[in-house]
Amino acid sequence: MTDATPSSLHTVGPRPRRRTWAVVGEKALEAVIRASGVSAIFFVLAIFFFVFREAAPFLFSDEFKPFEFLFSTQWYPTSDINVRYGTWALTVGSISVTALAMVLAVPFGLGAAIYISEFSGRRQRETLKITIELLAAIPSVVWGFVGLTVMSKIIVALTGAPVGVNLLNGGVILALMSVPIIVSIGEDALKAVPDSYREAAQALGATRWQIVYRVLLPAAKNGLLAAVLLGVGRAVGETMAVLMATGHAVNLPHSVLDSVRTLTANIAAELGEAPAGSPHYRALFLTGVLLFCITFAVNVTADLAIRGRRRL
Amino acid sequence: MRGDNTIVVQDLRLAYGAREVIHGISFEIERNEIFAIIGPAQSGKTSLLRCLNRTIDFVANATVSGTLLFNGENIRRVKDIFSLRRRIGMVSPLPVGLPLSIYDNVAFAPRCAGLHKKSDLDALVEKCLRQAALWDEVKDRLDSLGTALSGGQQQRLTIARALSHQPEVLCLDEFSIAIDPVTTMRIEDVLKQLRREITIILVTNLVQQARRLANRTMFLWNGEIVELGTSDVIFSDHPGDRKTYEYVHGIFG
Amino acid sequence: MATVAPPAARFAKTALAVRKKRAETIAKWVFFAMAAAMIVPLLAIIAYLLYRAAPSLDWGFLVDMPRKGMREGGIWPAFAGTLYLVVISLAVAAPIGVLAAIYLNEYARDNWFNRLINLAVINLAGVPSIVHALFGLGAFVYAAKLGYSILAASLTLAIMTLPVIIASTREALASVPMAFREACWNVGATRWQTIRSVVLPNSISGILTGVILQVSRAAGETAPIMFTGAVFFKAIRPGTLFPYHLNDQCMALSMHLYTVSTQVPNVKDSIPYATAVVLLATVLLVNVSAIGLRVWLRARKRW
Repeated sequence: MTDATPSSLHTVGPRPRRRTWAVVGEKALEAVIRASGVSAIFFVLAIFFFVFREAAPFLFSDEFKPFEFLFSTQWYPTSDINVRYGTWALTVGSISVTALAMVLAVPFGLGAAIYISEFSGRRQRETLKITIELLAAIPSVVWGFVGLTVMSKIIVALTGAPVGVNLLNGGVILALMSVPIIVSIGEDALKAVPDSYREAAQALGATRWQIVYRVLLPAAKNGLLAAVLLGVGRAVGETMAVLMATGHAVNLPHSVLDSVRTLTANIAAELGEAPAGSPHYRALFLTGVLLFCITFAVNVTADLAIRGRRRL
Repeated sequence: MRGDNTIVVQDLRLAYGAREVIHGISFEIERNEIFAIIGPAQSGKTSLLRCLNRTIDFVANATVSGTLLFNGENIRRVKDIFSLRRRIGMVSPLPVGLPLSIYDNVAFAPRCAGLHKKSDLDALVEKCLRQAALWDEVKDRLDSLGTALSGGQQQRLTIARALSHQPEVLCLDEFSIAIDPVTTMRIEDVLKQLRREITIILVTNLVQQARRLANRTMFLWNGEIVELGTSDVIFSDHPGDRKTYEYVHGIFG
Repeated sequence: MATVAPPAARFAKTALAVRKKRAETIAKWVFFAMAAAMIVPLLAIIAYLLYRAAPSLDWGFLVDMPRKGMREGGIWPAFAGTLYLVVISLAVAAPIGVLAAIYLNEYARDNWFNRLINLAVINLAGVPSIVHALFGLGAFVYAAKLGYSILAASLTLAIMTLPVIIASTREALASVPMAFREACWNVGATRWQTIRSVVLPNSISGILTGVILQVSRAAGETAPIMFTGAVFFKAIRPGTLFPYHLNDQCMALSMHLYTVSTQVPNVKDSIPYATAVVLLATVLLVNVSAIGLRVWLRARKRW
């Protein structure tokens, strides 16, 4: 029944040994691997360090007043008589464009995620997912270009505004840019809900829509929240698209047809002209520090939300 | 008696974080015997095996104390862990075929150990597959993927892999739970033959399997040794401890 | 006599069932419309761009030099500049990123230091591109004294793509089941032997896909290179495949699109559209090949 009687185990000879260069080479490679891992944290700290380093002289100078920097709407860096570095108008610009983008992107993004995850057949799902990936790949400067040319004409035609680059333009473009990340993370969150939940609901006679509404959305809410937060993070950090699509006015918007400027676009627009080392230059770097902190906070919150979901 | 024995365990304690799972056990395993460890789930049987071949090191919060000797050498302070793992082989419960060809599956360990000559490897692969009772079924398709074999074949492939690095001790951790009875009997025959040359530690919760194969059996429960003795005593109607009788006869467990 | 309903009527749809089915169908179409609402604008935009770019789009546009201050001619220097930036930045970021991911997934124990590294990688991935520009300016242009150069711009792009390469490589490595690693350790293989024989060959598709996707990102970003080495105009020798030196400044497709659509007056309309089409086509082609690679390699999965 069995194979031929096994011969003795111990007749192969003395135990082989690895060649020295193989052992040494492996240890060297493992040292390189460890060094690469540690370098990741080094680079994040380096980003903060170098940006802060250029901003620091301004931060610690007499000209700097924190409350005014954060909450004044007067941004006159190049004025001869009344130099002011108030970023509030820019912050409101960022917030308003992001908020408008999220109002448009979140329903569509979550709706698309629900469709892909629960209602679509396999082929449709593959096609939609590939389309989302391609949508996500479009560079921001191309989106800005679209906002500048195509969208502004549409806005002028639809609303009769004198100029098509404004808050609405930026919001729509940012929405189109943020949707892919909301869809993909949202779909991950829905997929992570165990099938047993769906099967249990089906056994009770629920339709797919009822399952989504009563079972899946509550179960996946942490992941869906994370999806939205990551979309927000993407929108707040966006530079070129809003630079080209929202116009050039540093002021508080009163309607969606007003031009605004965001924190990100402001740096991009003015950095080229600010002489290196001048207070204006350093104030722009300080705005960069502010941006870093905002996106850091948003990303950490999103990560905590995802981590909460995984513990389920 | 002490110096001869292959494995000597003295006052072994194992804790995962704050939870102690093995509470200071001591026992010895003799050369060329089949030593069975029986007991219900969560008794610490698998953890004990992992202490022997130092794969407990991969568990982040595990702390080990006590003495573990293998042929007189201190297992916890051995210089070359990889050589230790080749001398104390391990077969895990779920059959795992590596995503390599069948030939490469069996040749993997010798290659890692430094054996590269093709003729030596060919001979070794054939020998190990024969010993694992798998050669006849796969000899014509040594190039095909190891993961494409059936569960029973993959478990025999795992045994062939475990034999390929010439272990002096072979640990089997509930090797039969995921395979069919026919393959299980074939592997048990293999173990009976291997006993002549190596020491076998068989962790199982199939009491009848321990009865069939083992010379001595240890009943481990909740991290403590309830009883250790020869099989005729343990599986008889009058073992040393009442709990042994109850477990062997299915009153609990 | 018992009043039992005739068999057919027992399974007839109740009013509740009909209402539920209708709500279900409505929901399905509403969500489908939401999904379609993303695709339709995408296709419309691409179609419109192609339409407006058509007058200028020909092979010459890609390989000719620009004339009359970008108002006519081709964009070859910008295309070449983008190639330089992408190749150099990925040559730096890919090895470091892949090795760092191998460390994090295969070697690192779960302690506070490695959790910190994880946090660092996640946050690095979320930094706005303009902050990367500021970093590149402060670190590479000034502190490292590289000046405005291709090297400074490439290194800035490398730091930008690094965390995403680390994240996608980790995901690829984590998709290899733990059971394979344990089986290798049980026979005395070292960690590197396990990685080399089992883990890497079975995750290489995911790793490659992640790196290729970053190619398209590096090609499309503007802000990080705008202040570290990309310029609107740079005179180069025509006709050679390697027109730049590492310490030169360079032109780049993304930068070119920005300036030609916002800073240059009196440009023939189709030129900026054609530039947008070239950039978009490059990016989409790279991404499609990454997706194709992923599909092809997934079909050859070995377990």
